[in-house]
Amino acid sequence: MMKLDKDVASLFVVNKGCFAYRAENVLQDIDLNLAPGQFYGLIGPNGSGKSSLLDLLTATRLLKSGQLLFQGKPLGGYAKKELARKIALVPQQFAMGFDFTVAEVVLMGRYPHIPRFSNPTVRDLDLVEDAMVKMQIQSLRHRLITDLSGGEKQRVVVARALAQDTEVLVLDEATANLDIHHTIEIMHVIRRLVHDQGRTVIAAIHDLNLAAAFCDQVIVLNEGRIFRTGAVTEVLTSRLITDVFQVEPEVQRALFPSLERSVCGCSCPAPSFPPPLEEALSDHPRPARTLHSTPERLSQDRSCPVLDSSGLLSGSIGH
Amino acid sequence: MSAKPPFTLLSLALILTLAIILATGMGFISIDPAEVIRVLWIKACGGTFAGDMNPTFPFVILEVRLPRILTAALVGGGLAMAGAVFQAILLNPLADPYTLGVSSGAAFGASLALVLGILGVALPVYFSVPFFAFLGAMATLAVVFSLAAPDGRFSSNTLILSGVIVAAILSAGIGFIQYLADEQVGVIIFWLMGSLVGKTWTDVALTAFFAFPCLLVMLYFARDLNIMAFGGRTAETIGVDSRRVKKILLVCASLLTAICVSVSGIIGFVGLIVPHLLRLVLGPDNRLLIPSCFFGGAILLLTADTITRAWLPTELPIGVLTSLIGGPFFCYIFRRKQLGGQ
Repeated sequence: MMKLDKDVASLFVVNKGCFAYRAENVLQDIDLNLAPGQFYGLIGPNGSGKSSLLDLLTATRLLKSGQLLFQGKPLGGYAKKELARKIALVPQQFAMGFDFTVAEVVLMGRYPHIPRFSNPTVRDLDLVEDAMVKMQIQSLRHRLITDLSGGEKQRVVVARALAQDTEVLVLDEATANLDIHHTIEIMHVIRRLVHDQGRTVIAAIHDLNLAAAFCDQVIVLNEGRIFRTGAVTEVLTSRLITDVFQVEPEVQRALFPSLERSVCGCSCPAPSFPPPLEEALSDHPRPARTLHSTPERLSQDRSCPVLDSSGLLSGSIGH
Repeated sequence: MSAKPPFTLLSLALILTLAIILATGMGFISIDPAEVIRVLWIKACGGTFAGDMNPTFPFVILEVRLPRILTAALVGGGLAMAGAVFQAILLNPLADPYTLGVSSGAAFGASLALVLGILGVALPVYFSVPFFAFLGAMATLAVVFSLAAPDGRFSSNTLILSGVIVAAILSAGIGFIQYLADEQVGVIIFWLMGSLVGKTWTDVALTAFFAFPCLLVMLYFARDLNIMAFGGRTAETIGVDSRRVKKILLVCASLLTAICVSVSGIIGFVGLIVPHLLRLVLGPDNRLLIPSCFFGGAILLLTADTITRAWLPTELPIGVLTSLIGGPFFCYIFRRKQLGGQ
């Protein structure tokens, strides 16, 4: 048994969690302790169990063995609707066969808050409006969801999750289909939820730059086990990238002393870096080094990790 | 969305009432709609029929036409509702009440009852056919569900596939029974095509007994069904117990289909066209769509039945008529879906 006071302070506690899909073990010996008010990045190669871990945290799948507590209570003990008022999910893929309008879809995020056979209240509609403004989809409100592009749809789904107004937001590669502009916009909105409102975000992220730039903490999964967890500046090293992703990172000296800012400045209209990163940068006043593969690879990959001279991935958005 | 749904439902209810009254007046003996209303009014008030009225009218209206007309309306409404629910659950606009093989199960049961009658096993056919059809439909469902979801999850694809497999096996069984029936195969074929001829108040009561509770259950879960358009995983994180809702609604819609099929035989395409058309007009919100489908399906089947009963020189099996209209419509939807590139 874990110490009780520690459990209450933690948002999620996973003890020796194992999960199997059919006969195959997907996650093994998962021990996690997630605190509220943090932006957690969940990284790891394809098939490392990221989605499965998110399924467990959103209670859409159940542990095979072990224990999973949410706010000090077993996650399985919550009613679905109660949980939906606390945890929202933004899925990676989204297909809706029926042509609801954008506004209707966003309003569905209020489902757990509106009693059956009741009409939405003014507050419900305000939250829907607010979510649409944040995702810049007000102009799409009367469009049919089936007529939207992939990126537009994804913003609608994020807005739907924002309208759900939960303490915890879980993102399963929510920005995978988006262009860099909207990716950064969404990450900023989500970053502000954590920073200004003290909410907790757990996001599976493929793009290491995004993880480095926006997360406070990272959880690295590899082959169904937790490889490392910790503050983003401590964990995301070139060594780790080599070990987990089997890529040899090549460290190059940057042409501009502050490449991070300049690159971000030209790709993002509202370039305000999240505070933890600024602190991280000021701790390392040496010229930035960038981690590149080869120039050819660079042109194919939208982004590449950026390291500072000590080999730490200090985080930037690069083209 | 605020004032529209009550208005839509009210108009549909009004059209249905009007259609029932008009249809009751139509037929071999033509009766004026005013006379129909008068008969219904007197009956409702418990009065006796006055001498100035043609004495056959009350009998024709109350004992011959009205049971058949109400059965047609209830079966049409039931099939359309079941279709709307199947489409929403299976996330497939081409699903219909027979997608899971319910019709094949019912057909097998009915064929069995008919052939037993032919082979001289003493069973009152008017009772055994609907009863066997119902048993067949329910047994088929049980098999399809256990095939599709050994782990308690019902994925659309496995459900549809299981339905197809079971239906194929049953079709072979029906073929065998028809072979056994030999020269009297016509009885089975006629039943399979669906018919509302000779329906009594018992049929009306039986269908209503299932249709209205099912309608209520479907309405209760209509909002959850909307959320389930996101897919099971996301719907659960929005607070819908999608596995439970799916199970309840699948059983409910299948039960409704089974009773409709046992009462009237296999009437195709009502369950496909009506939800589809209404979704085009009213949008996909199940809270409005499901009750609208009840009225829409009732109006459509009642109209089709009245056409074969009162207009056509010989009475065409109703299933043939609806399929003749429905088939091309199905092709149109399918084609549009293909061109839509989804």
